[in-house]
Amino acid sequence: MTDAPEATPIERPSSFASEAAMKRLKRRHAAERRFRAYGLVAIGFAILALLVLVLSILTQAWSAFTRHEVVFDLTMERELIAPEGRDQPEQIASNVTGFNTLVQQDLLATFPETGRTRQLRREVFALTTRLAVLPIAHKVAEQPDLIDETVSVRAALSDDLDLYLKGGATDRRAMVAGQAGIIAANEAGLIEIEEIGDSRFAAFQSAVADLEGTDPSVLLRVDDTWFTLESINTNSLIASYLTGPAPLLGDRYETPIDALIIKTPASNRTVSDRQIAWTTMLNEQGRIKRVFNSGLFTQADSTYPELAGAAAAIVGSIFTMIVTALFAIPVGILAAVYLEEFAPKNRLTDLIEVNINNLAAVPSIVFGLLGAAVFLNLFGMPRSVPLVGGLVLGLLVLPTVIIASRAALKSVPPSIRTAALGLGASRTQAVFHHVLPLAAPGILTGAIIAMARALGETAPLLLIGMVAFVNEVPTRADQESTVLPVLIYKWFSGAERAWEPMTSAVIIILLVFLVLMNLAAVMLRRRFERRW
Amino acid sequence: MLQTLGHIQIGWLLIASLAVTGFVSFYVGRTSMARAPASGPLERSHSQPNYHGYFMAMCAAVPAALIFILYLVLSGGFIRSQLVSELPDYVRSLGALELDQYVDRLFEHAAMRDPQPTGNDLFDAASSRLTELRGQSRLLMLILALGAGLAGFVYGLRKLNRQFRARDYVEMGIVGVLFLCAAIAILTTLGIILSLIFETIRFFNSEGSPGLFGFLFGTEWNAQTGEDFGTVPLFLGTLLIALLAMCVAAPIGLFSAIYLSEYASPTLRAWIKPILELLAGIPTVVYGFFAAMVVAPAVRSGAQWINSLPFTSDTLLSAQPQSALAAGLVMGIMIIPFVSSLSDDVINAVPQTLRNGALAMGATPSETVRNVVLPAALPGIIAALLLAVSRAIGETMIVVMAAGQRAQITADPTSDLTTITVQIVALLTGDTEFDSAKTLSAFALGFVLFSVTLIFNLIALRVVQRYREKYD
Repeated sequence: MTDAPEATPIERPSSFASEAAMKRLKRRHAAERRFRAYGLVAIGFAILALLVLVLSILTQAWSAFTRHEVVFDLTMERELIAPEGRDQPEQIASNVTGFNTLVQQDLLATFPETGRTRQLRREVFALTTRLAVLPIAHKVAEQPDLIDETVSVRAALSDDLDLYLKGGATDRRAMVAGQAGIIAANEAGLIEIEEIGDSRFAAFQSAVADLEGTDPSVLLRVDDTWFTLESINTNSLIASYLTGPAPLLGDRYETPIDALIIKTPASNRTVSDRQIAWTTMLNEQGRIKRVFNSGLFTQADSTYPELAGAAAAIVGSIFTMIVTALFAIPVGILAAVYLEEFAPKNRLTDLIEVNINNLAAVPSIVFGLLGAAVFLNLFGMPRSVPLVGGLVLGLLVLPTVIIASRAALKSVPPSIRTAALGLGASRTQAVFHHVLPLAAPGILTGAIIAMARALGETAPLLLIGMVAFVNEVPTRADQESTVLPVLIYKWFSGAERAWEPMTSAVIIILLVFLVLMNLAAVMLRRRFERRW
Repeated sequence: MLQTLGHIQIGWLLIASLAVTGFVSFYVGRTSMARAPASGPLERSHSQPNYHGYFMAMCAAVPAALIFILYLVLSGGFIRSQLVSELPDYVRSLGALELDQYVDRLFEHAAMRDPQPTGNDLFDAASSRLTELRGQSRLLMLILALGAGLAGFVYGLRKLNRQFRARDYVEMGIVGVLFLCAAIAILTTLGIILSLIFETIRFFNSEGSPGLFGFLFGTEWNAQTGEDFGTVPLFLGTLLIALLAMCVAAPIGLFSAIYLSEYASPTLRAWIKPILELLAGIPTVVYGFFAAMVVAPAVRSGAQWINSLPFTSDTLLSAQPQSALAAGLVMGIMIIPFVSSLSDDVINAVPQTLRNGALAMGATPSETVRNVVLPAALPGIIAALLLAVSRAIGETMIVVMAAGQRAQITADPTSDLTTITVQIVALLTGDTEFDSAKTLSAFALGFVLFSVTLIFNLIALRVVQRYREKYD
């Protein structure tokens, strides 16, 4: 089948061996090779698409599995976190403002210059989110003896700076601008770094000149003092003081000037120059730790990306799958048994069969409409609960389960049935005692694959309201909940950039579940498959 | 007592009472033969004791379950009308809509696990009266169900004797249950059709409805503001995206199917097929994310590049951040395995003798495929493509995430478009009331979607079936 028939040259002069025929043959063989190549290209394209898809998601998700936390050594001052009259454990646990004040005091102490204006304070406080202190608040509420002790507290870095540290959010380049000379104040109140005599200065000058007109930020650092570049002269830099220890005017510095060129203009990014400087300083002091983002698996949804997790969606998905499985698998198997073993050949049976094949091809969103009209509107069931979602998905995958179960039942040879009947079993006994157990592995494989399909389904669940914001992990199947694919859609719609890697991370979680289910199906098939 | 009964979860009540009835009757039935005197030493009972047990359980539990189902279907409306008739006149004289809302709130309040008084005396009294009514009706139901169960139990017990063919009856019951399970498929279809038709009719009767003609042929769609319901832009958007998807999926799916079935070695086939099927196993929301995050920006910069070419005008392509092309391309990738596996089946069903004949005549394998195998498989392949189109039309998440929301009529694939499914999702997501033209129009769209895909599917399935029979 795979080899082209050889065109054997024939001895006697005939049209087959003529020059024209040989030419024709050549052309035909070339066409043959082209045709083959088309097939290979098609397969190659499909595989390439799969690879690009998986890789693009993996590279994005990678960063969301870790996050940055700022370490604070805080003294748990009683008057702030548990003042008189507010010292009950539950009051301490909800005293976000008090704990947050501790964090803010620490930040003000670390960057003293920020105490000067409201704007600066707001900028430095934005390094962490208010709610990031919730874990320590709960901890202190549980262990009141921590009050007035010094505790090492970790608070999640704000999502934008987290993204910045991971290399995203800005287009930037670090370089050395040259050897620092004398730092002096010029007449406009700016700082002038003079006497920079260095070959690296020329490279820096041209790098900045390249960005003429794009409004970049250039941060300079001498020792621990940060400046923003205002202009470049032939051998000096005019800069304004940003943060860090105040520069000693008139002193000669022997250290190199580090420059950080941020090509994205300040108006186009969510992190300010100062925040970048502070974060870099904290990072160099070892106060920012990159940790595994366990919150992704333990926390429910949040409006802050750095605090959000998929726990509620994972639990919601599990509840929904349980409902779907409890409905679709038994009903599907019994329906398949009826159609395969008991159904008389008549119009009604034909109708049911056509129906099932059709239902398998009905767009999934139509099932969502059915759920909205019948379950929610007619029966008055609650919105956004796994119970309703599970039922809708159950109806959706029922045809798949039936078709797979029928195939499994069909593969059991008739000799099994006839032998059972011959020994005096009734038809029901033959089916339930002999045929069904032999078909069980095949049925189970089909059922798992159907469940995997239900797990990835999104559209029908949107219509029955499973997009609700759920900030608590549900504990029952009739509580408001969301599921993994819907969470992907929701986080995808989030405006902040940090949602992007988070969404990819949830996709990875979902894909891991799907891969596990499919692996289980494959193993089951391998282990129990029987050829008759 | 009545208050408690009105409050507990009805599901547990039903399951518990059915289980008790069933188990007791099973036990009585199973042990009854041991007590029944045999008329002679050789006489054996027709059925095993277990079957007598099952028979008894069936006799008792089925009538009780019927009563429960009747209760579930009827009680809500009955309690509601009773409650409304007991409300004071000034409440009942409210408009129908407001009265409905008031009663809905009462139901919500009464359904709470531990209803707190709201301070409104009338409301609280009505709420507790509602719970009481529920309790009364449940008590009545329990008594009726118990009575029915008992009647069934007595009936069954009188039938039992050694000659009684309990097994036959039990098996009839089992087949009945099996049939009910199979009939759920019909019920689902019926539910879909009826609910869609019902809501569509309500849509056309509602205020602000465009009428059938305006709906099908209007060119302005502004459902969010509840003004214009012309679906032509949605149809065209759906068609354009489906067409783009098929431009990707049809050639690639077909060529991979041909290569896999005609050229590939068994090992290669064993590797490639599962990889292609992986594409089918990826959730559509993941494809949507891919389309919006990776493909759409690429399409946009490609369009901008084309615009910047010297021989094109700067506004040739609109180059939107969301585009029909991005959605169509990714949807095409998603449908590849669908087309390839269906066509693979069809091509494999062509008898080997046809191929052998062609090869023996000196045709090259590609000539065999083009001139013999494909013509023979053509109806099946067309059916496969039809199914794929139907799938592309009904696909939701990719277009929701990557195609946009703007209803416009354009042939430019780099502009953002909207489709039927996108609008259904947009209209029904979030809090919805089932009585505005806006919400109901989603069902009218759903009805169109269902009808179109149904027709495609019916034709395709019929062709596939015929085709299988032809070569079997």
